[in-house]
Amino acid sequence: MTAPAQPPATPDLLYSRDEEDLRSAVRALLADRADAPKVIAATESDTPYDPRLWSSLATGIGAAGLLVPESLGGLGASHREAAVVLEELGRAVAPAPYLTSSVVATETLLALDVEGGPVAALLGELASGARTAVLAVPFATPPAGAGAVLTALDGTVRGVADAAVADVLLVPTAEGLYAVGTADPGVAVQPLVPLDLTRPLAAVTLTGAAGTLLADGDTSATAVRRGLLAGAGLLASEQLGLAEWCLTETVRYTRERHQFNRPVGSFQSLKHRMAQLWLKVVSARAAARNAADALATGSPDAPLAVAVAQAYCSGVAVHAAEECVQLHGGIGMTWEHPAHLYLKRAKADSIAYGTAGRHRRAVAELAELPAP
Amino acid sequence: MSPAVDAAEVRRRTRELLAAHPPATTARTDFLGARFDAGLAWVHYPVGLGGLDAPRSLQQAVDAELAAADAPDNDPRRIGIGLGMAAPTILEFGTDEQKRRFLRPLWVGEEVWCQLFSEPGAGSDLAALATRAVRDGTGDWIVDGQKVWTSSAHLARWAILIARTDPDLPKHRGISYFICDMTDPGVEVRPLRQITGEAEFNEVFLTGVRIPDSHRLGPVGEGWKVAQTTLMNERVSIGGSRIPREGGMIGPVARTWRERPELRTPDTHQRLLTLWVEAEVARLTGERLRQQLVAGQPGPEGSGMKLAFARLNQEISGLEVELLGDEGLLYGDWTMSRPELVDFTGRDAGYRYLRSKGNSIEGGTSEVLLNIVAERVLGLPAEPRNDKDVAWKDLSR
Repeated sequence: MTAPAQPPATPDLLYSRDEEDLRSAVRALLADRADAPKVIAATESDTPYDPRLWSSLATGIGAAGLLVPESLGGLGASHREAAVVLEELGRAVAPAPYLTSSVVATETLLALDVEGGPVAALLGELASGARTAVLAVPFATPPAGAGAVLTALDGTVRGVADAAVADVLLVPTAEGLYAVGTADPGVAVQPLVPLDLTRPLAAVTLTGAAGTLLADGDTSATAVRRGLLAGAGLLASEQLGLAEWCLTETVRYTRERHQFNRPVGSFQSLKHRMAQLWLKVVSARAAARNAADALATGSPDAPLAVAVAQAYCSGVAVHAAEECVQLHGGIGMTWEHPAHLYLKRAKADSIAYGTAGRHRRAVAELAELPAP
Repeated sequence: MSPAVDAAEVRRRTRELLAAHPPATTARTDFLGARFDAGLAWVHYPVGLGGLDAPRSLQQAVDAELAAADAPDNDPRRIGIGLGMAAPTILEFGTDEQKRRFLRPLWVGEEVWCQLFSEPGAGSDLAALATRAVRDGTGDWIVDGQKVWTSSAHLARWAILIARTDPDLPKHRGISYFICDMTDPGVEVRPLRQITGEAEFNEVFLTGVRIPDSHRLGPVGEGWKVAQTTLMNERVSIGGSRIPREGGMIGPVARTWRERPELRTPDTHQRLLTLWVEAEVARLTGERLRQQLVAGQPGPEGSGMKLAFARLNQEISGLEVELLGDEGLLYGDWTMSRPELVDFTGRDAGYRYLRSKGNSIEGGTSEVLLNIVAERVLGLPAEPRNDKDVAWKDLSR
């Protein structure tokens, strides 16, 4: 057996000037509309997603259409730019259906025949932010495990992220991929109580619903895999942004908090933990950038780059959030402090689009390190 | 003013060098000397000192072109201390005379260097060093003391040395930095046998070693500052090159996994996959650091790469010994030898396991590097210190 193939080209792991400009715009918007008190308040309301925030992000900045070609009403950018948006959304644990609608649903549709017809029309609406769509599969589905969840437009799919705020469900069935309006007859979206308060989950029940068939079975399966691959790959950037916030805030807090007549952050045992975390965060950045770049360039290395990024970044985000809670002491356990939002998001993200273990299984296959 | 040196100019000079000194018919040292004189040794160094005052990123083009032409290289691993530590320090703090005297033979590999920094009582607390340098009537310095963990001392012609020149000052302020002649009769090098059975390092005993004042680097009493340049370059040199996938220690264990299905167990599979992912991420982090350097935006990631590789090497080699089962109970050879190089890949798993224990100690322990990251990168406060304003001679030891 031979060694796994080398990556075909050297990935660009840096950020371009345009990407940094995009980051500044998103960060300024989130600072204004989605600071911690606003996010906490939103999680306690019936509408966790602020429609004004979404409209500014989607249309004001144009973030919703980054992956969509200009000919279909998008910005014709790439996964690299979408990754930067997700870093900022992760940093703010912002409640917005960006990952589910603008990345996964959009990428799924882009894998279909978009020449005119309903797919092109829907992509245009998603790109403008006028409507949002979600792929009706459990949020924990890994790219490799993608398949039809229903035989026809009948039955229940549990744990669909953002279904409660979506306009359109993309439902993979044995017959093919359907687009179904959430307000259509025969469609019931039952909100569940999620661990991550900033990303709603729902059970979707279809009872003889009518839908628009977008693709046949084989094309549907390929498209769903592509959508989930992009979702898993770019989730790494959300995890990176989240971990960075946790590290930065923990460093800030432990510099200010005094115990035993010294800043807590001057104790070596704590300094070493934060330095270790920093090393993990800079490593997560390289892994996440590599996945985004491989997706953006359509590299044949993308499945391995995504599996590596997910196998690594999930753990880093959880570790960062757990350290954030612990090193904030009692304040980290309170509802008022946002640390819990980050812990809940990080833990839920570690399951989303496949756990680290599922992605390691993908690595075993792609890197030719077979199980016994 | 000379025109700016760009990629095309560097390529033109490289071809000129190859035409004037065909590698096939030119003696190794002659070729390397000609390369130095053409400014293609380290292009970012000044003209006349082996460089062209060009951007550092242009070096890659030179190296690639010369490698393609089968030109001899200067075996950078053998002369690593000179290249990575002595040279940048001499360049920054040396006199013109010192630069002219030392840089060319150092780069060509005619003169090997070693580093006389660590002492039995001054490892992580390097500034606590006790080796004394005292000026005699002639203006020369007379050095007495003991150094330890000195790689290449038995091969070295010259050493960079730090010694205490004023014990009445606090420990960081009474140190000076010298170039020590390893052929001085007062220098005694003794092999230091290690955990692997080999003697890759040495102890160096310095008894009345005479160093002319012209071999001092930087002002008297400023040796700590000069040493910081050396140590920074030591750490930066790790992670600066492009590594292929599975290029590090994960390579041999992944190959064993593929070729020996009978060794596979579910437990070792999970550990291998975790480490494979971590090794790939460390590779990418190093690649990102390299891209930042080339783009002229050096990031602080360099301080972390040594930490990452030390831990990974230890965990991977530990897994490898265990994976080998019965064979893991064996060891290649305990006979004491004196290798010129640390060669991880050409050795057996047991050697890798034992030798990698040094990766978290040499060149700054992981604990010290974590302090450096915490304080210099994250800006966390230093721990209170009780040795800062006390004369070195009054410290308890």
